[in-house]
Amino acid sequence: MLSPSPSVDWAALRDQFPALHQDVGGKPLVYLDSAATSQKPRSVIAALSKYYEQDNANVHRGIHELSRRATVAYEEARAKLANFIGAAEPEELVWTRGTTEAINLVAGSWGLANVKEGDEILLSAMEHHSNIVPWQILANRTGARLRYIEMDDQGRLVLDDLSDLLTERTRIVAVSHISNALGTINPVRDIVDRAKAAGARVLVDGAQAVPHRRVDVQELGCDFYTFSGHKMCGPTGTGALWARRELLESMPPYHGGGEMIRVVGREASTWAEIPHKFEAGTPNIAGAITLGVAADFLDEVGFDAIAEHERNVLAYALERLGELDGIQIYGPTDPNERSGVISFNMGDAHPHDISTILDSEGIAIRAGHHCAQLVMHHFGVSATARASFYLYNSTDDVDRLVDGLVSVQAIFGSA
Amino acid sequence: MEAPLTSLYQQLILEHYRNPRNKNGLMDHTVEAVVHNPVCGDEVKVQMRIIAGQIEDIRFDGQGCSISQASTSMMTALVKGAASDEAIGLADRFTQMMHGNEEAASDPAMGDLRALQGVSKFPVRIKCALLGFDALRTALETEPQH
Repeated sequence: MLSPSPSVDWAALRDQFPALHQDVGGKPLVYLDSAATSQKPRSVIAALSKYYEQDNANVHRGIHELSRRATVAYEEARAKLANFIGAAEPEELVWTRGTTEAINLVAGSWGLANVKEGDEILLSAMEHHSNIVPWQILANRTGARLRYIEMDDQGRLVLDDLSDLLTERTRIVAVSHISNALGTINPVRDIVDRAKAAGARVLVDGAQAVPHRRVDVQELGCDFYTFSGHKMCGPTGTGALWARRELLESMPPYHGGGEMIRVVGREASTWAEIPHKFEAGTPNIAGAITLGVAADFLDEVGFDAIAEHERNVLAYALERLGELDGIQIYGPTDPNERSGVISFNMGDAHPHDISTILDSEGIAIRAGHHCAQLVMHHFGVSATARASFYLYNSTDDVDRLVDGLVSVQAIFGSA
Repeated sequence: MEAPLTSLYQQLILEHYRNPRNKNGLMDHTVEAVVHNPVCGDEVKVQMRIIAGQIEDIRFDGQGCSISQASTSMMTALVKGAASDEAIGLADRFTQMMHGNEEAASDPAMGDLRALQGVSKFPVRIKCALLGFDALRTALETEPQH
């Protein structure tokens, strides 16, 4: 067994997640689906209740006490999350419903204003559908062309010919920081440098990165960074877009409505300052405030400790899973090149069958295409089983997973 | 092993999964349909040659889990040579079994499909078992009316 990180009591930390302490089908739950959504610590759940019990009111423009409190907490959370990812100022962080909406915002606002017929949008074959489909819609509307950075047989981006893919027509490069389907950690800084040299903007899908490692948007040098709250111990329906002030100010509004205007006339209106220009309608106030509490939680544990712990669990899992007959693990073989996601197939047991059998053992994994059908095509499969780890998982969870997979082999044979 | 799981993965199901009947080598057909389960990416294509309301031949192709592939295999074996309306009757009966109808599950006309009764205990997998029947129904709906 690997020794746990000395500074954190991981068992006590796990105790802070109520949902993890239950039986499923008569067996203690092993939750290995955090790449889909993370469980929430008690402090986050309590903050959600507290907001609705004590402070609930609509933000901004309210003169009364509850509205003042809600507005202060809402904007404090924005400042906290902006700081969390290294933004220069809180106004550079636009609240969204999650990564998907953040990418749609960029494609729908910046994209429609800046991408013209014949221009190129460079994606990668590793992307989640949420970083493909918004660009397809934009390409269809504008006549722009989509191009793709390919992957190698270990699910790493092939960047040797990036210079050829980046042309004078490339307007934007949109890539994931970490692959949700494979766990591959991409060399974002390198991609950004080369894209910038070619005069292209860069959007980074950080949905699988922000929960697991310290992200600094200044260091990355990208133009747009997007992430979700619910994968980082926060509530569903939360997330953000980050971009520099000048860029956000240059972009037209995305949704129209209340909150995003300065003055409304019969024929035309003027817009509020950023970030409110992009936040039409009553926002997810409780969600934003609670996401701030989730960020505090992660900061208290510390990303150095989280990263080390996850690396230990991942290395142990790769080793133990690798011992199983007939298993095919996708993604980089070097644990340093991947995050806590393991996509695999085993014998002729379909991922859904694997998932059903594991579920009967109390083990929650995901089976399917993981909203990354281009990744499935690359590996010539229609689906994979995916186990994903987070700070509350342990090597004991890996042992349970391996035992569960032995049960799968008992039913399907070990191929 | 849990009892429901044993009943889900009966040998007959795994046997059909590994040795599907009437699979591949699609043929000279009069109707066909492709259905997807968007949740999981499973896909089943069914082709039939229907002459005067009789399913003279049926083939399928596709990819998916043991449940979707086995149920489609079993279905093709049963409807081959049957009348179109008998095939619809079988699809209705099978759907009833998936929703827990015990009587349907003991109907001899259901043949090998009875082995899939255990799927009804796994709500998230019922869609898998019905995929081939969805393709069958869709294909029959496209049948030119005589």
